[in-house]
Amino acid sequence: MSWLWQVPAVVAKELLVEWRERSRVSGLFFYSFALLLMVAFAMPNTKMLADIAGGALWLGLLLASTRSLDQSFKVELENGALEGLVLWPVDPLALYYGKAIANTLVLLLVAAAIVPLVIVLYHPEIKGDPWQLVGILVLGSAALAAPGTLVAALTVQARGSSALLPMLLFPLVVPVVLASARATMLLFDGDLMGQVDDWMMLLLAFDLVHWSLDGLLFTRIVDEG
Amino acid sequence: MPPIESLPISPGAAVGLVALVAIVVANQRAGRTPWALPRWEHAFGLVGLCTILNGQYMGLFEAPRERMMGEVARILYVHVPSAWLTMVVFLFTFLFAVAFLFTGRKVFDQLVEATIEVGVVLAILLQCTGMLFAKPTWGMYWDWDPRLVSTAVMTLSFIGVLTLRSLVVDADQRATWTSVGAILASTSMAVTYYSVQWWRSVHQMQSSPDTVAKPIVLVLRINAFALLFLTVWFVARRWRIAAARAREDEAPPLPEEVLA
Repeated sequence: MSWLWQVPAVVAKELLVEWRERSRVSGLFFYSFALLLMVAFAMPNTKMLADIAGGALWLGLLLASTRSLDQSFKVELENGALEGLVLWPVDPLALYYGKAIANTLVLLLVAAAIVPLVIVLYHPEIKGDPWQLVGILVLGSAALAAPGTLVAALTVQARGSSALLPMLLFPLVVPVVLASARATMLLFDGDLMGQVDDWMMLLLAFDLVHWSLDGLLFTRIVDEG
Repeated sequence: MPPIESLPISPGAAVGLVALVAIVVANQRAGRTPWALPRWEHAFGLVGLCTILNGQYMGLFEAPRERMMGEVARILYVHVPSAWLTMVVFLFTFLFAVAFLFTGRKVFDQLVEATIEVGVVLAILLQCTGMLFAKPTWGMYWDWDPRLVSTAVMTLSFIGVLTLRSLVVDADQRATWTSVGAILASTSMAVTYYSVQWWRSVHQMQSSPDTVAKPIVLVLRINAFALLFLTVWFVARRWRIAAARAREDEAPPLPEEVLA
């Protein structure tokens, strides 16, 4: 289990890379912001906005995640950084979990920025417990990042990767988008039937499956790549 | 149309006999043993073809009229077997992908490719028949029912893997990544299978022989086995193509200078 000690180092390295290219994270933020505006413009009337607030939030996060995931491995290919990391005694598992955690943190950062925007722009009434929203955001971001990191590693070296990534990732994360959007909308609307916990359990189950399985699959990709 | 027992010869048997005579004649002319088949899988294909002719004949003309849905329910003799076989084929995709990652043997990679492609075709057949069935019974071709959505998602996941496969140039990378992608896509299978239990919606839950009338069960079984045999034939044929392509990739012709 010595690779566990390498995980924080990989996370720190990822965050350092993100910090050095701050424009990328802010680009993500403005991307989701523009998306929220466009969704609002595309709706027939503004009364609907409060109902779809939760869905729009997760749509924004999902699309932002594909952009950040695509970037996260593109950086490694420049100057053969990935090869260097593997030759250096970094366990592929540490590499995967480090990257997945960093990707989760980036997504949470974007979420922290766009949640207030959703509340301001879409003015949903928040009847539920705001702390539960934090739980949904953490579980949902982790559920997008775990398979996302693996799929990004798969597609980055293929031709036309930026089109391929969503094609492979979206079908996989349908349960995530469904569960997080439903849970968020229920939280906004008032959760009369106590369904939010069920949706969060689905997210948790998805997280458990993918955070355990995808690391193992990642080791095979790195061995081959 | 008369029931199959009262026919002088069943459609499947007729086609089977003609095919056997043709095989024997062709073998005689080529000077081979009369019963020789060029490939073992053709036996499956032939049996599957004859059985499905009989099965569909029984489904169309002999099986009792369904009490609630009437004649429309006869599409079930295509819909249900294709659903079973879709799941079986994708289950094998998963097993072959795991086997490839553990052993690294090329044959498993070729089988992954073959099963994904056949599975996608079956899944599309499944959804087309499902839509035709849904229009008269539910009143619409498509409903946002969890079973329907998860099946579509499963199909898309495997189509994504095929796309990934077509975009990777290096053969070893392609093999590993296809297997990884296939295992990921297989996680959607469980969602599809249990969707009718997790979210009770328009689509019915899994039936069992206890909940379906005896004559219907018999016809369903005949059609399911027929499609199983045909699927084995399709997968085997597709695997031969994959194997031939792999051989072509692996052994480039030597350049002239070397030969001289």
